[in-house]
Amino acid sequence: MSFWTRHQIFEKNSIVLIAGILVVIAIGGLVEITPLFYLKSTIEKVDGVRPYTPLELAGRNVYVREGCYLCHSQMVRPLRDEVERYGHYSLAAESMYDHPFQWGSKRTGPDLARVGGKYSDEWHVTHLNNPRAIVPQSVMPGYAFLSQTEVDEATVTAHLSTNRAVGVPYSDDQIANAVADLRAQVDPDNAGVDAFTKRYPKAAARNFDGKGGAPTEMDALVAYLQMLGTLVDFKLYNEKANLR
Amino acid sequence: MSQPIPAKSMTIGEAVLGPLFACMALLCAFAAANGLDPAFTFHASLGAAASLAAAFAIFNRYYERSATLPVQEINGRPNYNMGPIKFSAAMSVFWGIAGFAVGLLIACQLAWPALNFDLPWTSFGRLRPLHTSAVVFAFGGNVLIATSLYVVQKTCRTRLAGDLAPWFVVFGYNFFILIAGTGYLLGVTQSKEYAEPEWYADLWLTIVWVVYLLVFLVTIIKRKEPHIFVANWFYLAFIVTIAVLHLGNNPALPVSVFGSKSYIAWGGVQDAMFQWWYGHNAVGFFLTAGFLAIMYYFIPKRAERPVYSYRLSIIHFWAIIFLYIWAGPHHLHYTALPDWAQTLGMTFSIMLWMPSWGGMINGLMTLSGAWDKLRTDPVLRMLVVSVAFYGMATFEGPLMSVKVVNSLSHYTDWTIGHVHSGALGWVGFVSFGALYCLIPWLWDRKGLYSLKLVNWHFWIATIGIVLYISAMWVSGILQGLMWRAYTSLGFLEYSFIETVEAMHPFYVIRAAGGALFLIGALIMAFNLWMTVRAGEAEVQPRVALQPAE
Repeated sequence: MSFWTRHQIFEKNSIVLIAGILVVIAIGGLVEITPLFYLKSTIEKVDGVRPYTPLELAGRNVYVREGCYLCHSQMVRPLRDEVERYGHYSLAAESMYDHPFQWGSKRTGPDLARVGGKYSDEWHVTHLNNPRAIVPQSVMPGYAFLSQTEVDEATVTAHLSTNRAVGVPYSDDQIANAVADLRAQVDPDNAGVDAFTKRYPKAAARNFDGKGGAPTEMDALVAYLQMLGTLVDFKLYNEKANLR
Repeated sequence: MSQPIPAKSMTIGEAVLGPLFACMALLCAFAAANGLDPAFTFHASLGAAASLAAAFAIFNRYYERSATLPVQEINGRPNYNMGPIKFSAAMSVFWGIAGFAVGLLIACQLAWPALNFDLPWTSFGRLRPLHTSAVVFAFGGNVLIATSLYVVQKTCRTRLAGDLAPWFVVFGYNFFILIAGTGYLLGVTQSKEYAEPEWYADLWLTIVWVVYLLVFLVTIIKRKEPHIFVANWFYLAFIVTIAVLHLGNNPALPVSVFGSKSYIAWGGVQDAMFQWWYGHNAVGFFLTAGFLAIMYYFIPKRAERPVYSYRLSIIHFWAIIFLYIWAGPHHLHYTALPDWAQTLGMTFSIMLWMPSWGGMINGLMTLSGAWDKLRTDPVLRMLVVSVAFYGMATFEGPLMSVKVVNSLSHYTDWTIGHVHSGALGWVGFVSFGALYCLIPWLWDRKGLYSLKLVNWHFWIATIGIVLYISAMWVSGILQGLMWRAYTSLGFLEYSFIETVEAMHPFYVIRAAGGALFLIGALIMAFNLWMTVRAGEAEVQPRVALQPAE
């Protein structure tokens, strides 16, 4: 019986054909994806990486909603020009709490993995309002409408607990104080700032959008942009220890 | 001669689906009343309205229809079910025009940013997923559903399985498109490229897709031919694999069942790997396997030649579905994904070149002995050129998956150009060719309204594609080189914004190419419309008309 005759079992029996397809397409995915859940290099924790503050998380959701990832990557590759242009190459641990990941696939604008701290809050607000006011050749849309919308306080706690349910290690304390932390982070004079920075080490509490009052989406987005890539202290990071 | 009039009774489908949709309408209305964000409330209201309409349509059909359902065969010939196919084919033309138009708009936004109008729902970030979903899932998806349900009936010589089920598939799928598309404009997205719709749209698509699989599979099971035709293997692989990919990539936990926002179960590296396992195989199985099925039916049919090599189709079928699944990591070269996974992705991408060209050769060589028809039949020319573009794009793909090449091409417009040589040249042209064949068949027309207009469509769209992809090659490679250019003193030569500025002329050329492609599609829409409206009817020998009583 030749190979070609044997193949007729697939051509004459739809269930066998479907089973054959399922087996054949399962192999590649299983081999490439399963090890990522237990290999040390992909699940290792690096000092400094922490879950997002409620405000940063709200800002991240604005970033997702507006499709920023379609033009800005968040993944510095270990290539000479990228490391010089953007900073240390990105580590797996730096996006371990990202649901979903925001590595992106296109750089119509520059990479943002390490944009945190590179520009002032005022620069970001002006730039987001009208990118061409600061960078005349820019092709980025303006996002002035973000200043007009307040962050929805009613769902902040639910956002944190949903993140915990999918694997982000928010503590009970962080979840219980989500709304207080949201308010404290935009108001440096708030009585809750100390407790907030204890819960989120090295997180900055300041008035990001330059206006008082309740936290706006502009506050949130700028807070998120300003922390991007700042969690790991690369002066202390031991590259050799993490080489595999 | 009098026949007893059978008593009218509800089919199981009517008895189950009618009340089910009525309950669904109530459920959606309840969700709309409790909605936490305006987008969710809007979508729940749409769901309530659509469910109500569906329930009404089902009950109305029951009262209007005769007691007997359409028969399986008339005079020994299959009584094919073409209604849902007509709907899906018409929708594909509509969504195609819409998707190309949005594509043109966002191409212009990149050249002239004032066109963003700085409003939430007109900014590039929200319109880009609208463009990709409209062309891939709305246009391409409807072409795939229409052709698959047509081809499976014809090649199995049997009526489509199910009575309401095929209608559920085409209406349900287009309702999913409506929810997804309006969601993007309102900022509802989970940001996974080509899988942006949120959890409730994903759930709905899962139901629709399972019914689609069942309709297709049961039609195959009740076939009158001993062999399953090769096109149906590809359709089956496409439907099954898309189901697996959709389920693997989209598990998410909603923040509230009354809100649109959810968080995806996977995080960081794992999410990236799942995403591009999905993303690349949306290309591999939606845009390749499905459209290869179209090639395997429509090219032999139009050329009136048999498929070139049956053995080649067997080898390339199993090889392509096995190898494609591995190729995802080439979207993640030099990222935080482990090196071994990147290398695997690259290796399998290069191997993938062979079965891809196996398909191309099988398609092109089917014309052996009929090459002269290319001069006289612009529809066949469109189909054949689509296969040539397929060959070109599947050569370019493996090249770009090589890590060294990818370090230059990734993040640049070269990727965009590559995608469009596949999407416009291969998927677009093979779909246009299939629609030019299918519409006259579905509406029993002798032929198209005008072959001359097909010729115009072909040349205008081809020039558009050439402008598009060559502009993107130049801009992509130029930007990649500028990013890594150093001065003699060892400093980076260009600031980022200088590389953005350098893109402007190419973005203008690209928009011009896109405009030509859209004009071509509008010519097609007119031609197809006139074919249906004013085309010469084919004499129908197959069905004897019932005498009036």
